[in-house]
Amino acid sequence: MERRDFLKTLGAASASLLVGKSALAKDAKPNEEFVGVLFDATRCIGCRTCEMACAEAHNLPLPDTDNEKIFETERKMSAHQWTVVNRYDTDVGQVFVKKQCMHCDEPACASGCLTKAMFKTKQGPVIWRSEKCMGCRFCMINCPFDVPKFEYDSPNPKIQKCIMCYERLQQGEIPACVQACPGGALIFDTRRNLLEIARKRIYDNHDKYVDHIYGENEAGGSGWLYLSPVPFEQLGFRTDIGTTPYPEYSKGFLYSVPIILTLWPGILLAISNATKANKEDIERGAKYE
Amino acid sequence: MNNLQTNKAPLKPELKRYFKFLLSELKPKGKLLTPFNVISAIILLTAAVLLVIRFAKGLGSITNLSQDFPWGFWIGFDVVTGVAFAGGAYVITFMVYILRREKYHPIVRATVLNGLLAYMFYAGALVLDLGKPWNIINPIIGNSFGVSSVLFLISWHFLLYMISEFLEFSPAIAEWLGLKRVRKVLNSLTLGVVIFGIALSTLHQSGLGALFVMAKAKLHPLWYSEFIPILFFVSSIFAGLSMVIIEGSISHRVFRKLISPKHHGEYKGIVLGLAKICAGTMFFYFFLKLLVLIHGQHWNLLNTPMGYWYLTEMIGFVLLPMSLYVKGLQSAHIPTIRVAAIWSLLGIIVNRLNISIIAFKWYAPNHYIPSWMEIEVTLAIITMEIIAFRWIVNRMPVFQESPLWESQQKESGSKDAKKYTEMITEEV
Repeated sequence: MERRDFLKTLGAASASLLVGKSALAKDAKPNEEFVGVLFDATRCIGCRTCEMACAEAHNLPLPDTDNEKIFETERKMSAHQWTVVNRYDTDVGQVFVKKQCMHCDEPACASGCLTKAMFKTKQGPVIWRSEKCMGCRFCMINCPFDVPKFEYDSPNPKIQKCIMCYERLQQGEIPACVQACPGGALIFDTRRNLLEIARKRIYDNHDKYVDHIYGENEAGGSGWLYLSPVPFEQLGFRTDIGTTPYPEYSKGFLYSVPIILTLWPGILLAISNATKANKEDIERGAKYE
Repeated sequence: MNNLQTNKAPLKPELKRYFKFLLSELKPKGKLLTPFNVISAIILLTAAVLLVIRFAKGLGSITNLSQDFPWGFWIGFDVVTGVAFAGGAYVITFMVYILRREKYHPIVRATVLNGLLAYMFYAGALVLDLGKPWNIINPIIGNSFGVSSVLFLISWHFLLYMISEFLEFSPAIAEWLGLKRVRKVLNSLTLGVVIFGIALSTLHQSGLGALFVMAKAKLHPLWYSEFIPILFFVSSIFAGLSMVIIEGSISHRVFRKLISPKHHGEYKGIVLGLAKICAGTMFFYFFLKLLVLIHGQHWNLLNTPMGYWYLTEMIGFVLLPMSLYVKGLQSAHIPTIRVAAIWSLLGIIVNRLNISIIAFKWYAPNHYIPSWMEIEVTLAIITMEIIAFRWIVNRMPVFQESPLWESQQKESGSKDAKKYTEMITEEV
């Protein structure tokens, strides 16, 4: 009985070793050609057409785009609004910035999701799959950009966030917001091309842009890239999130799992063996067994 | 036991006897209208109403959770703190079955039972917090394994650990039902299950800390560290043992008549032994915290409001209860040790709530404060656990001696024990 038990423990331990390995292998896979969107803050006029297009494309409540007053306070995305445009008073005057999910190259939300409900697609968009989600909201804890929103007022809640119009992409279309943008502030392309365009714009117009593409390296890089005329902290961006892909942070712990599950049983059995020798102890112990 | 009741074929006399026995055991023993029962009933009924509202109208209807604070009291206290409090089971089984410190054998069953119930109720409370609880089986049945998730690991470990603890406790159930041969088989599983359970505990106790390593941008730098998992593991040792000391003290009063006089005599030695381990691991924990602070180089933050709170935790809730443990040990004074244990438990609450709620997004303008309804539901869960514990210890041999047939079986104790050790020797 004891022997079989030990084998079982070993079996379970090695099974988890395999699981651990496949998890690491998946993370190590090189990026495929992700698509993304480049937002150029020097070209955004704050018309909020993108907000309207997004709401129409995803059956969300339509925003009141004529109301100029909403610019007075900084708005955040919500469970009913996947993208918002804010106005910032900066060194060079008023600058408008559109925000939505960043679609990270290695998203913290997806790597933390225990059911793969939050999912990084091969093309790049990070999507959410209702039938898998438990509603644990770990994605919200993990996302460094605070993007996923939860419907607290629903008995069958959804996680709400921009999905880069994944269904439209499947049909060969481009994201609704990019298509609707009248000012040319948004460009949809492969991430590689977007970075080239962005670099060229900075190179050609040194005085017009700060020399930084937000999203190139932030949190390991993201699908949405930003160009700005002023330092990004003036536009409500977090500049303290680092360049490490967020899944890296939990890797150390996940690495230790197979090690502990294989080493521990052996060590514990050995200690158990080493401590059982004393005959008096055995006799005393037998009273309790 | 379900198949007993649903069996349509005429019951054999043996089974019939069991059925009757179970029915009689289901009935409450003792008076119904006690103050404890009345208060419990009120708490449970209120929580039942609140939960109906919660499941009909969504999480926002009774909680203060928000987009900024997706996890509140139900995760921060019920799960993250509650599981640390349940750490006593793996420490005690380690000492008894691996280190073979027979001194602690009398408290194994009560501790394992407490651990099992804590996992069932506190980790079970997780279900209330899930937006889509009907999908809770997804990470288990394999249609969507998120193997890169710390939470995936924790959910599996919770499940497996509950099974291990159930197996560890199952000999007591077999004794209660008088299943002699089943008990023998279950007993022989103990060492394997204990080893498995300790490995699982190491990982999920630290895993609860690892839940917050990806929240790097949101946790206050004084609390954020890549060593959170190790800190959680080390602190779960003294959290669990402090809980064992407190539960033991309460049980010795409430269930006095169940406990044999011999055990009463041994009790002081056990508490002193546990206190020694608590003091030792707390010192180690304090030292680790200090190393992490030095490593993090955030001294400048110590002179801020959050810094003062950090110092309060470090000095007021680690150093002071540790000194009190040492003081209680020096004078072998049990009441001092009890106070130290309660203080340590408060310290663990402070620490776990700091990481999961208070120092989490400390910069947010509208910080989360739990609603009274969230706390009420948590109270109901604790009440249910106490009721389950009371029901079990009044029926199964947890505090009282095992039934006579069991000790008769072991009459030639040393011979049996020898056979037992030989079996283990074969294995290695």
